[in-house]
Amino acid sequence: MAQTLSEQILSHAAGKTVRAGEVASVAVDLVMMHDSLSPSIIKVLHQELGAERVWDTEKVAVVIDHVAPAANIQTAEKQNEVRRWVRQQGITHLYDVGRGISHPVLVEEGLAQPGMVIVGSDSHSTAYGCVGAFGSGMGTTDIALAAATGRTWFLVPETVLVRAHGRFRPGVSVKDLALRAARIIRADGATYAAVEWHGVDFLSIAERMTLATLSIEVGAKAGLVPPTGPALEGRPVPEWLRVQEGANYQQIVDIDLDTLEPQISAPHYVDNVTDISELGRVAVDVVYLGTCTNGHYEDMRAAANILRGRKVAPGVRFLVVPASSEALRRASEDGTLTTLLEAGAALGTPGCGACIGRHMGVLAPDEVCLFTGNRNFRGRMGSPQANIYLASPEVAAATALTGYITHPQEVVA
Amino acid sequence: MARVWIFGEDVNTDQIVPGRYAPYMLKNEDDLRKYPFVEARPDFAPNVQPGDIIVAGKNFGCGSSREYAPLALKLVGLGAVISPLFARIFFRNALNLGIPCFTADLTERLQDGQEVELRVEEGLIITESGERIELPPPPEFLREVWAAGGIVPFYRQYGRFPGEPAR
Ligand code: SF4
Repeated sequence: MAQTLSEQILSHAAGKTVRAGEVASVAVDLVMMHDSLSPSIIKVLHQELGAERVWDTEKVAVVIDHVAPAANIQTAEKQNEVRRWVRQQGITHLYDVGRGISHPVLVEEGLAQPGMVIVGSDSHSTAYGCVGAFGSGMGTTDIALAAATGRTWFLVPETVLVRAHGRFRPGVSVKDLALRAARIIRADGATYAAVEWHGVDFLSIAERMTLATLSIEVGAKAGLVPPTGPALEGRPVPEWLRVQEGANYQQIVDIDLDTLEPQISAPHYVDNVTDISELGRVAVDVVYLGTCTNGHYEDMRAAANILRGRKVAPGVRFLVVPASSEALRRASEDGTLTTLLEAGAALGTPGCGACIGRHMGVLAPDEVCLFTGNRNFRGRMGSPQANIYLASPEVAAATALTGYITHPQEVVA
Repeated sequence: MARVWIFGEDVNTDQIVPGRYAPYMLKNEDDLRKYPFVEARPDFAPNVQPGDIIVAGKNFGCGSSREYAPLALKLVGLGAVISPLFARIFFRNALNLGIPCFTADLTERLQDGQEVELRVEEGLIITESGERIELPPPPEFLREVWAAGGIVPFYRQYGRFPGEPAR
């Protein structure tokens, strides 16, 4: 009987055939923990579980990205605790301040690979679906257990299939596909399920990560892009992992890229999405380009292509926080970074930045932010009286030029 | 008696505890008990009593994986959360921490501020007028974890995960 990608991966990890609806205990290939939750994970691991060591020092990755560099004495001290623990455990994969956000970093480092089961102390661990891994977010206790034992359990998910047809028009990009899907599926429409994104073989790994990270915003346990297409060349795709004709899907959503226009997610819910043409005039104070969803090299380049030779509107703060040091390096090599700086960008350390409202660009009451991230929840980036609109890097660049939310084609020279 | 706190749909973890109030950000981690709904509903933390019940609309706990959101609710002694649909990570975290979660839609049947009796083991709410509301039990594989008092005691007791045959 045909299986979804999630059923295939979880069957492989369980060592027996499992189907949606079954509870499976599975071996994990990689456990990710970040600075924000590592201190509490370490506590559960040692104090509650009584485990002295992690199960495999090469399969636990620790990333300091959520408050990087430290914002105050507490976080500075706790980061040192984490560093000491990593040394004491002999953990090989520590990615410290400036290396970037856990998800893109683990993909760049080749730690996340097709067919793996990866669990992370972060809801956007669905990101690893960009290479066809079953990535899933969990809390402190589950991650501590996985780090101690190399195993976890899952209710094998049903799958919501999103099929993209055609190609994006100019000024429209993968974020618009993801937000359109959220608009159709809704914030809870894929709860306990996985999302599979088909028809996107032409996308880069970074673009696939946009789809995979936004899968959690419809409630999904994992968000998988089939590991096929030119972007996967050179990655080890297991022969048992492929889209199977006749697999069972809980819901099928078809999205026509040829007619799709830029999508805007308005405050304060990710699924509160409208076409940009229906939005009306929304003036902004801040344009923020960054995060694991849209802070990739490709995103900076897309913004630079619109901003080249121009300046951001007076009174608009344009913050750019690259997703990783590798993204920053690539942007500095080909002139993308210079273009952004000449346009007036303020550059932050690669990492999560203000995405969770802790530092580096926190919003004041009544401020409006056009954000390329993945959540516009009330208070997410700072004041609960601030308003966050989610959109693509292209819309972000156009908006930075005009000072109000703008269709990229409007500013094309 | 337990007070009922009514919440709407799509209550996210940034509303339960904003990221700025994470234990990671605090000098004194015990202060977490002061912060459930600190911005979304400032009257909650100062007034909630042990045993009180949150009755919410669907998709309760959506958003981040932060276990400190349910932990903050545990620290104030919350008796149960009742929602027609729980976000997956929240549900798992709450289960791991031993917070009873019942899948039911009672936002229309109960009122904010109402006093009721909650019998967790029986899965029963009894209102002041004597009305009995049955709460559906959690699925079988979760009941074991629940009975053990969370995933850590479960694992320590049985040395296995749900979904693995007993040894
Ligand atoms: S960039 Fe934002 S969404 Fe991504 S891992 Fe960091 S805090 Fe989470």
